[in-house]
Amino acid sequence: MNPNHDHYPEGETLRQSLKKRYRSASLWQAIFFSALVIAMISLAALLYNVIDGAFGYVAFEYKNDPAEFTAKPLDDLNKQELLDILKANLSSGAYTKLDNEKLMKKRSKSVLYTLVLERLIQIDTKQNWSMTDSILHSSGIKTEVSEKYPKAKLEFRSWLTPVFLTTPMSSKAEFAGVRTAILGSLWMVGIAILFALPIGTGAAIYLQEYAIKNFLSRVIQTNINNLAGVPSIVYGMLGLAIFVRAFEPFTSGSMFGITDSNGRTILSAGLTMGVLVLPLIIINAQEAIKAVPDSLRQAAYGVGATRWQTIWHHVLPNALPGILTGSILAVSRAIGETAPLIVVGASTFISLDPDGPFSKFTALPIQIYQWTTRAQSEFHSIAASAIIVLLVLLLTLNATAVLIRNRVQRKY
Amino acid sequence: MKQENTILENKNFRPLDLKKKMRPGESVIQSLLFISGVLSVFITVAIVYELGKEALLFFNNPDVTLAKFFGTTRWQPGIGLFGIWPLVTSTLITSAIAIFVSLPLGLAASLFLSEYASPKARSALKPILEILAGIPTVVYGYFALLFMTPLLQKIFGEGVQVYNMASAGIVMGIMILPLISSMSEDALSAVPRVLREGAYAMGATKFETSLQVVLPAALSGIGAALIIGISRAVGETMIVAIAAGAGPNFTFDPFKAAETMTGHIARISGGDLSYNTIDYTSLFAVALMLFLVTLVLNLISQTIINRFRQRYE
Amino acid sequence: MQNTQIPEYAIETKNLFVFYGSFAAVSEVNLKIEKQKVTAIIGPSGCGKSTLLRAFNRMNDFVPSSYVTGEVLMRGQNIYGSNIDPVEVRRNIGMVFQKPNPFPKSIYENIAWGARINGFKGNMDELVEQSLRGAALWEEVKDLLKKNAYELSGGQQQRLCIARTIAIQPDIILMDEPASALDPISTLRIEELMQELKKNYTIIIVTHNMQQAARVSDYTAMMMLEKDGSRSGTVIEFSETKKIFTNPKDKRTEDYVTGRFG
Ligand SMILES: Nc1ncnc2c1ncn2[C@@H]1O[C@H](COP(=O)(O)OP(=O)(O)OP(=O)(O)O)[C@@H](O)[C@H]1O
Ligand SMILES: [Mg+2]
Repeated sequence: MNPNHDHYPEGETLRQSLKKRYRSASLWQAIFFSALVIAMISLAALLYNVIDGAFGYVAFEYKNDPAEFTAKPLDDLNKQELLDILKANLSSGAYTKLDNEKLMKKRSKSVLYTLVLERLIQIDTKQNWSMTDSILHSSGIKTEVSEKYPKAKLEFRSWLTPVFLTTPMSSKAEFAGVRTAILGSLWMVGIAILFALPIGTGAAIYLQEYAIKNFLSRVIQTNINNLAGVPSIVYGMLGLAIFVRAFEPFTSGSMFGITDSNGRTILSAGLTMGVLVLPLIIINAQEAIKAVPDSLRQAAYGVGATRWQTIWHHVLPNALPGILTGSILAVSRAIGETAPLIVVGASTFISLDPDGPFSKFTALPIQIYQWTTRAQSEFHSIAASAIIVLLVLLLTLNATAVLIRNRVQRKY
Repeated sequence: MKQENTILENKNFRPLDLKKKMRPGESVIQSLLFISGVLSVFITVAIVYELGKEALLFFNNPDVTLAKFFGTTRWQPGIGLFGIWPLVTSTLITSAIAIFVSLPLGLAASLFLSEYASPKARSALKPILEILAGIPTVVYGYFALLFMTPLLQKIFGEGVQVYNMASAGIVMGIMILPLISSMSEDALSAVPRVLREGAYAMGATKFETSLQVVLPAALSGIGAALIIGISRAVGETMIVAIAAGAGPNFTFDPFKAAETMTGHIARISGGDLSYNTIDYTSLFAVALMLFLVTLVLNLISQTIINRFRQRYE
Repeated sequence: MQNTQIPEYAIETKNLFVFYGSFAAVSEVNLKIEKQKVTAIIGPSGCGKSTLLRAFNRMNDFVPSSYVTGEVLMRGQNIYGSNIDPVEVRRNIGMVFQKPNPFPKSIYENIAWGARINGFKGNMDELVEQSLRGAALWEEVKDLLKKNAYELSGGQQQRLCIARTIAIQPDIILMDEPASALDPISTLRIEELMQELKKNYTIIIVTHNMQQAARVSDYTAMMMLEKDGSRSGTVIEFSETKKIFTNPKDKRTEDYVTGRFG
């Protein structure tokens, strides 16, 4: 008999000690799980916080009485009546300016309605409340408003409206929209992808299909992995030094005869963002190319194909879904990035649609940043609305990526 | 073969020419691809060159001395204050808070996901982390300023300033959590099965195996995750720019406002900065420090991961 | 130099070594492969059969560490000569792989693609039909030409790969265990096909199946690891298949073909 045998628990003691071991195991399991619960709560709190800000009571006063402009209640006016009011009451200079920006006749009824409120009646927001407060303390808010602002109207309002999506920037939160910001984001991302997708895919092809494993290819690979970890604000500084400053003649458009701009343009922002997402695109494309089985390449070489014929006709088409998924992820990254745009010089106030790569620009996250850092709470409400727009955009993009990944099941 | 089939005719009488063909297209394409590959190296070179050039201009300014840079604690280059410490301490404090939050949570989440969760639970829980990872940092900034700060104020009272490092750090921790969790999960699942089975065969419970055999074996991979997490926290901009404070402040109180390196760059460059001023060059000096610190961290992490992979492959 | 003479041999190797890095996987091979015959390469696993076969059409070029010394002559031209285009070599020496590897495209495209990239100017439909007939697949797929090749059975896929190879009309077809992934009936069809093809093509086949080697081949090369323990493979005996199986010169060959090996 093994003399040590006596030192191990047996029978009832063994059962007891095992029970203890299992108890501590389930305790720890619960602790581990709680980390995920915390993550879940954080996510829920974040989403709730955003939605909470985007809806709620607003107390506001009309600076000018609507009755001065029309006998009818405002909400009953039709498009023509709204137009007439604007024509009659705006100074002719102001009206012509608006007409030049976009033909007044072509504007929708809700846009004209907003113009009447913004330019003529003029709203003065006194206070606004979060959605939770509005629902829980509805009566308290009502009495508070009637005491503090006897002339004010109280309205439960969604800050996120179709008008919010389609109107440009404004200095008043009530009339601000994200139209210019969305267009700016789209322009910028378009340029970024136009720059980064071909070069990134090319680099991935080079590394996977051509490069022999030597010092140079190792340096390139390590370098790409490191670039993926460089803080985005450093890319912003690079963009500022290179695209905004050194390439100013090109990025401002002065090389092409455009004069009223400096290097802080959509083009600079797009190129900066392109450089930022390049390592991401390369790494994803490399993975996609790696997943194409060698037997396919051999089959092509076996019938006398050259390297490029093999890549172009067989490797790339089969890696395409993966490359596409990677690019969509890169696009989502670019759409959400803020810091580099601040550094490259996003404009703080811009109400005209961008009309090309040499326009000044703003972008969705830039608007969110600026509105969040304003002191007045109505700006926080439009920041929240812009966040919802941004998140929905990102969700759509990512859903598309997942869809592509699932749709194209590997055949081999 | 019923009908005549030319495919099956004898080929051996055909002339054979194996000589090299000119394929100019192939070589042009190969050169283009090579250039794309090398471009990434130029990006790094450009970063180092541009940041270095401007940083050199900054340090060559007669007013800027290393003694002032490292020996004083007020930073306002515009009026001749060149002490870098307030930016560094706030960066360290926010990052430390972020790691303090994200490391235990991320590690615990990864242990649960890789060791305990059924495939079904995994596929239900994993997306939560993926969504968290996909939320833009500016949104986290909003969350920090308008949710976390009021919450901290409710808990800790009026001592908590509107802008404060704690709120930014905690939210940054939530932002980094998915990264640490997924990297740790990779490390845990890379531990070979035989190691686990060895432990089971000696009568260890699943929990004992996870914690005493698998976790230690995956430790270096988890270390790599930690380092990448630090690098990410140091380089994160928007959360601190929005919630940590708008002005350098040499303080160790996490409930006070203080501007980090990244936050400082964002705020100063946000205005219309004119070139060739001390403000402009000083930003590049700060950015260069940032780049070098994150570069070193990333390289260390990558080296650890490569070693780790080799060990278990 | 173009050589229009009727060649004596399809392939002739002279003192051929194939290396992976510093490891000589195949050493000192001197073979004369008869044209319009089936030559089988047999031998235990890991002795370098595939390596040798792939050296015949420069498929090893894609293994970065691999290189070759000695000569592989095709009608007098060394395919490893400095002036030789490996793409041209592969175009003249086709290959069928162990696992069927059709392109994930239509059956028609599988055959047309190789022809097209090699500048085929004739009637493509005709070429596709003739190639499929040549590979004894036409009757089975003539109504499915637009279907993805992955919908075919393994045996059909392998015959499609053969059809694809003969469509570019090479001189020589290399086959690396072409039937090892197939069921007995498909295997039989491939073997019959080889008999048909050898009237016009030179075929070199690697196989683990002794019966198959005996059935289909005219010549057999027996490969074995060198005795010196270097893990390097070489051809220890090469002659008519009949002789290898009934009256081998080398004791190791006899042990191997009679199943007493290892
Ligand atoms: N790509 C490669 N790199 C390095 N060594 C290799 C490579 N391919 C094969 N080898 C080595 O070369 C030797 C011969 O391999 P090969 O595949 O030619 O053998 P084989 O006779 O075809 O074996 P099997 O019958 O199993 O297919 C083996 O020792 C193998 O490990
Ligand atoms: Mg083999």
